[in-house]
Amino acid sequence: MSAAILSHEKFAAAPPAGSAVTAPAVAPSPAGMAPAGDAPPLRRHTPLVEKYGDDIAAFFRAAIPMVFGLGIFVVVWAVLSAHSTLPGPLKTWHSAVGVFSDPFYRKGPNDQGIGWNILMSLGRVGIGFGMAAVIGIPLGFMIGRFKFLSGMMAPIISLLRPVSPLAWLPIGLLVFKAANPAAIWVIFISSIWPMIVNTAVGVREVPQDYLNVAKVLNLSEWKVFTRILFPASLPFVLTGIRLSIGVAWLVIVAAEMLTGGVGIGFWVWDEWNNLNVEHIIIAIFTVGIVGLLLEQSLMLVARRFEYR
Amino acid sequence: MEKFVSVENIDMSFKTRQGAFIALKDINLSIGEGEFVTLIGHSGCGKSTLLNLVAGLLVQTAGVLICAGREISGPGPDRGVVFQNHSLLPWLTCAENIYLAVERVFGATESKAQLKARTLKALDLVQLGHAADKRPNEISGGMKQRVGIARALSIEPKVLLLDEPFGALDALTRAHLQDELLKIVAKTGSTVLMVTHDVDEAVLLSDRIVMMTNGPSATIGDIVNVDLERPRDRLALVNDSRYHHLRGRVLEFLYQKQLRAAA
Repeated sequence: MSAAILSHEKFAAAPPAGSAVTAPAVAPSPAGMAPAGDAPPLRRHTPLVEKYGDDIAAFFRAAIPMVFGLGIFVVVWAVLSAHSTLPGPLKTWHSAVGVFSDPFYRKGPNDQGIGWNILMSLGRVGIGFGMAAVIGIPLGFMIGRFKFLSGMMAPIISLLRPVSPLAWLPIGLLVFKAANPAAIWVIFISSIWPMIVNTAVGVREVPQDYLNVAKVLNLSEWKVFTRILFPASLPFVLTGIRLSIGVAWLVIVAAEMLTGGVGIGFWVWDEWNNLNVEHIIIAIFTVGIVGLLLEQSLMLVARRFEYR
Repeated sequence: MEKFVSVENIDMSFKTRQGAFIALKDINLSIGEGEFVTLIGHSGCGKSTLLNLVAGLLVQTAGVLICAGREISGPGPDRGVVFQNHSLLPWLTCAENIYLAVERVFGATESKAQLKARTLKALDLVQLGHAADKRPNEISGGMKQRVGIARALSIEPKVLLLDEPFGALDALTRAHLQDELLKIVAKTGSTVLMVTHDVDEAVLLSDRIVMMTNGPSATIGDIVNVDLERPRDRLALVNDSRYHHLRGRVLEFLYQKQLRAAA
């Protein structure tokens, strides 16, 4: 019965709203239900199905390939692990249940729950990325607005941007003489570039039409900034922020592996030393999922500011 | 009629990779107060360049531009500009777009309530009071252009500059907006300089039609006085022989004397 209802829903949902009335005439027969072509089947369509039918269909269209992809991934993983020392999906799952059932325990400085590790890493990313945003975005605006500054900064940016994030770590250790600020410094310096560059491009790409409006009205520089430059370049700024937070999250694992302390990167290294490979795989998934959530939440914010 | 806007011996050239490109050469034109003048010519003849010079968005290579007794040295709110592509800021509502202009011009001397009243008055003038809180992407192309006109008029400019304001609209919307512009100008008595490539539009709206020769080195070829009495009615003019005569003169200039070889 439930299968019949499901197929019913999907069928009614597939055609556009206008043709929904004709759909039930054909729908019941493949599902092996009541005779086709009569009026009564029409009544069985609840308003809910008609209202959300399209959404349900779209959800399944998007979800089915995803489930397939993840399924194949797990199967390949299982096959590989069966022929090697790699722990399989099931073993990892049981281990993960254990790890996540007590995420906030504290047994000394080097043995804390995964929740603390994630929060510590997020904290470092937050501070480093936050400082990069506070400096990078205004700097990007000025570079985009003033040609001289742009010419001044261009060689510095092109020189420093391609430097591998971890190359900055010794400088941080030297200057701050401590591991934690050095890790934050690495996040800062590697995540500042996308924000500077994207903001500057955004300001430079503000359509001339809008600037002409500012010109013919003789708007003050402050009004030009708040009413035209800032809103017009906001989508670019948000792209920069999104790229930056991606970089920051990428870099944190590597930085923490080298600096130690509590954090998801250090946890990976610690579990390697303990030869607890399941935990390493759990950490990889955790890093991926947290990164995905960060990215998606910023996409959600960015979508609020789309004007076209 | 007394000179209100005066264009004297204007030359305009642009620097290009192939050397200087002379867009305009020796332009002389004066516009009286309350006069409606259109610039017409083939595309690329520099009519928009001339309008941008009066707007102050470009600076002439030689010559003098005067508006209301003062030399034009840059853009300013004494000249209201309506751009071809409406140029409304998409993140502001229609009312906010106009308020931005009103605030700039009257903000120093008037209260917020007065500024808001001016904004609504400008929207009512183009019959868009109901769209005050809509964003530009929520209204039609014709409505956007009307908001653009309202914004230009809201600052009570001495001169209204229109750069092919209806060029991007369909024929029916265009006719409707032309009629509205006629009514608005009759009500406000604005001095108008308008760029167009539509012969009917030019004859319907203008007091004088300035016809430009083809560039490079474009200049004023001829000026037609449109001596049709106002208010003008588009339907009545269809059967008016004077209208057809004027239209014929403009067409003759554009398609016989200035026919482009490559066009």
